[in-house]
Amino acid sequence: MKKIALLIAVIIAAVMLIGCSGKNNTLYILNWGDYIDEELLERFERETGIDVNYTTMASNEEMLIKLQAKDTIYDICFPSDYIVEKLIAEDLLHELNKENIPNLKNIDERFLNLPFDPGNKYSVPYMWGTVGIMYNKTMVSEPVTSWDILWDEEYAGKIFMYDSIRDTIGLTLIRLGYSINTRDESHVLEAQQALIEQRPLVQAYLGDAIKDRMIAGEGALSVVYSGDAVWCTDEEEGNPDLAYAVPEEGSNIWFDNIIIPKASDNTEAAEMFINFLCDAEVAKQNTEYIGYSTPNAAALKLMDPEWLENEVYNPPAEVIERCEIFHDLGDFTAVYSKAWDKIIY
Amino acid sequence: MKRTLFSYPYILWMALFILAPMLFIVYHAFFENGRWTMEYIKAAFEDAVYFKVLLRSIMLAFEGTLLCLLLGYPTAYMLSTMKKSTAALLSVFFILPMWMNFLLRTYAWQVLLGSSGIISRILSFFGFSDVLLLHTEGAVLLGTVYNFLPFMILPIYTVLIKLDKSHIEAANDLGADGITTFFKVVFPLSMPGVISGITMVFIPAITTFAISRLLGGGKYRLYGDLIEQKIVSDGDLGLGSVLSLILLVLVLISIVIMQKAEKTAGSEGGTLW
Repeated sequence: MKKIALLIAVIIAAVMLIGCSGKNNTLYILNWGDYIDEELLERFERETGIDVNYTTMASNEEMLIKLQAKDTIYDICFPSDYIVEKLIAEDLLHELNKENIPNLKNIDERFLNLPFDPGNKYSVPYMWGTVGIMYNKTMVSEPVTSWDILWDEEYAGKIFMYDSIRDTIGLTLIRLGYSINTRDESHVLEAQQALIEQRPLVQAYLGDAIKDRMIAGEGALSVVYSGDAVWCTDEEEGNPDLAYAVPEEGSNIWFDNIIIPKASDNTEAAEMFINFLCDAEVAKQNTEYIGYSTPNAAALKLMDPEWLENEVYNPPAEVIERCEIFHDLGDFTAVYSKAWDKIIY
Repeated sequence: MKRTLFSYPYILWMALFILAPMLFIVYHAFFENGRWTMEYIKAAFEDAVYFKVLLRSIMLAFEGTLLCLLLGYPTAYMLSTMKKSTAALLSVFFILPMWMNFLLRTYAWQVLLGSSGIISRILSFFGFSDVLLLHTEGAVLLGTVYNFLPFMILPIYTVLIKLDKSHIEAANDLGADGITTFFKVVFPLSMPGVISGITMVFIPAITTFAISRLLGGGKYRLYGDLIEQKIVSDGDLGLGSVLSLILLVLVLISIVIMQKAEKTAGSEGGTLW
């Protein structure tokens, strides 16, 4: 009995030791892969003396789960619009002290006060873009104007789709003429059926790996975020045979944001970091490095006009108008997950 | 059974990192917010898709283990007949890749098998163009065999080199030819190695998940992938836990079967066949 008591005591002590590991002056950042110029992290460390602990993940859903954990260690995170909406609803975000973020003035007004966070109480826009079709001009000669082309048997085995519930089901809903935020189960089931029919034509459901496969010329058509398309169609780093189009039926426009979880105990350093990222010079370097569009007007002014002329990087107003923004679906997310299980297995 | 002081760190380790997580899984599978629920169990058996994925995992583990055995046994046998120094050098070649992380090695297969990769190019040189190698079920099987083959070769090799040569000499003296000697003497005596090889391949193969994701392109999900998806991206801890338990039970059953087989092989020596 004594031995068991001793054992339990040791376990408790060990758990407490793990729990108390000091955080002191370290900023814990959770980001998407390839989504910051890591040189900037070093610069931030140099300038402020704050250590950065940098981790990446591959999906919004994964990020959400990590932030929902009661003892989440992260101080900075980059979720998309609908996840910010959910995090606010669940009261998991720290209300920003805007006095610490004077560089907020650099952000273009178009990107402030968006429906998922009115007044930007909890989030600062980081990058934005659309979802569209990236195609290889040597394999696709017809104009790409509709999502229908992803269901064209001519391209069987040469199509890549995103391994992402909301993106993939969302574009199918648009193709069927429904909203990407539908809460009608019959719409989701119809999309599910369409994606099951498409499955034999799809070579693979991937994440970031789509970029490598398309640049290597292994696919004719793929779904990508506009920022990745900027990078992939680049003449030096990518493959000049690739082009990007946002279908005429419409698409998704998305905003990735910087947030601080409520559980963070280092909010001042986190706000310093947000301010740092909103600096015009820093934002310029960052957007040029990752290729995603910045909402930072001051940064755009510093950039080569070539960037603004690039319609993938800077979509014209008519493209933006036909795009819809994702909203949090609440409990209805389970219906989407269930449909997803029947599509990807 | 008197435990020595030295066993305490091990017991602590087991309690903290094996027993406690297992209890958490059982808890999440049957309780929601502290209340008993059978909902997750129902959900796990209700959907035919989950069963299909489980079946695929079992099939793949079987095929992978069989292929590893067919490739691994002859290799181990050849190694065991070689000069000690040559065998030692060659076995380094089998172990060497294991010094590298298996994800890295699997990524390398992505490059090799991709339709712009070297294998496709060689095939198209011989007139087989447009053969899809990556993102197929075959690629997943290849990845499984490649990653787990050393775990088949090494235990068999270890048993074979310890084999008492006088048994073989006796068989030869009594007029058995090479093939008869092998099937009547060598193979039965090496059964303990074969069985531990099978265990060491089958169990990781049935629980694997990264290989199918990297080489199967999301089209050939395994049970491990399903569990990962439920917990990491759907946040459905309950269903994920039930699926984990189902896999756990399967693994336990296969371990029991293997141990039974090992006992028979061990106690009765060469008389299994």
